[in-house]
Amino acid sequence: MNRFYLLLVAVAVIGGGALWYGSQRSPTPPASSAPLPVATADAFHGYTLGSDSASIEVTEYSDFECPFCASFATVQMPVIREQLIATGKLRWRFRDFPLPSHKYSRYAALAAQCAGEQGKFWEMHDQLFTNHQWAQTGQNPRALFRDLARGVGLDLDKYDACMDGQRYTARLEASVQEGEAVGVRGTPSFFVNGRPYTGRGTSDDFKALVDSLTKKRK
Amino acid sequence: MIRRQALVLLTLVGLLVATYLWLYKIGVLGQLQCGTGSCEYVQASAYAELFGIPVALYGVAGYAALLGVGLAGLQPRFAADRRVAWLLATLATVGFAFTLYLTGIELFVLRAICRWCMTSAAIMTTVWFLSIAELRGTPSGTAPTR
Repeated sequence: MNRFYLLLVAVAVIGGGALWYGSQRSPTPPASSAPLPVATADAFHGYTLGSDSASIEVTEYSDFECPFCASFATVQMPVIREQLIATGKLRWRFRDFPLPSHKYSRYAALAAQCAGEQGKFWEMHDQLFTNHQWAQTGQNPRALFRDLARGVGLDLDKYDACMDGQRYTARLEASVQEGEAVGVRGTPSFFVNGRPYTGRGTSDDFKALVDSLTKKRK
Repeated sequence: MIRRQALVLLTLVGLLVATYLWLYKIGVLGQLQCGTGSCEYVQASAYAELFGIPVALYGVAGYAALLGVGLAGLQPRFAADRRVAWLLATLATVGFAFTLYLTGIELFVLRAICRWCMTSAAIMTTVWFLSIAELRGTPSGTAPTR
């Protein structure tokens, strides 16, 4: 009997010690100068739309769960794509900035990155914003995201492996840190050729901005 | 007696696992060591809470209750007490039912596996079998000895 209690105490001490060690170690945030493994390794700076030779680039910091981002993506972005991006006047860069207050925005961002791995980032981006009811219901969107992934033609086995392995977590974190470093406070936030854009986020305003910048260059 | 000892030992391990998941849920631990599983996904889902309380905390409470009763049942005066066996079986049955519900959610709703949750489910299932065996093995009508 005594040996049993010794064993019990040993298990309690080892297990408790491991929990205590974990609690001391984990909350420490990485130093700001600490390397970000995936992000720095692949030097990834966001998916882009449009010509590489376009002289104007807009960087958008966005959150897939944010209703304003969804509204922008579904109402304004199609016009911007048609009138500015497809015509070679503008290049668009998408950066993730999942807000901590949103429950599934990181998960959605990972889904888009995993789709990007198979060359379907923008297709998944569009689906996540078009079928935005997932962000309102509060229900776990895993099944819906898989359906969307299937809908855009992803290999689901590869998608599942990517999601389960949380392959792009560091890339996401790098994007957030980059956004914080340039002063992003909310979503969507825009930067035009690296400078903060403070105008309204409408297609008309972007068109006027691109026109004025193009004229200046001429 | 050996069954109760096994039950107590397993319950202690279950308590540690549940505490680990609960500490993660409340933000004390930054990351779950999950290998290739989907622990963080499961823990971030809406099903990781019930009535606003993390399900891991229900696990902590359940395992703590089982541990307390199991340790009491190891004392000579309660060794042959059928009421202890009943109490253990009742607590373990509730825990086992809760485990079945959570495992069902993982497999059929979330379609994701949290290895730590599965570890806890395996422990609770074994504890349930042990408690039922203990109940069947304890003679009926046994009064507590003094």
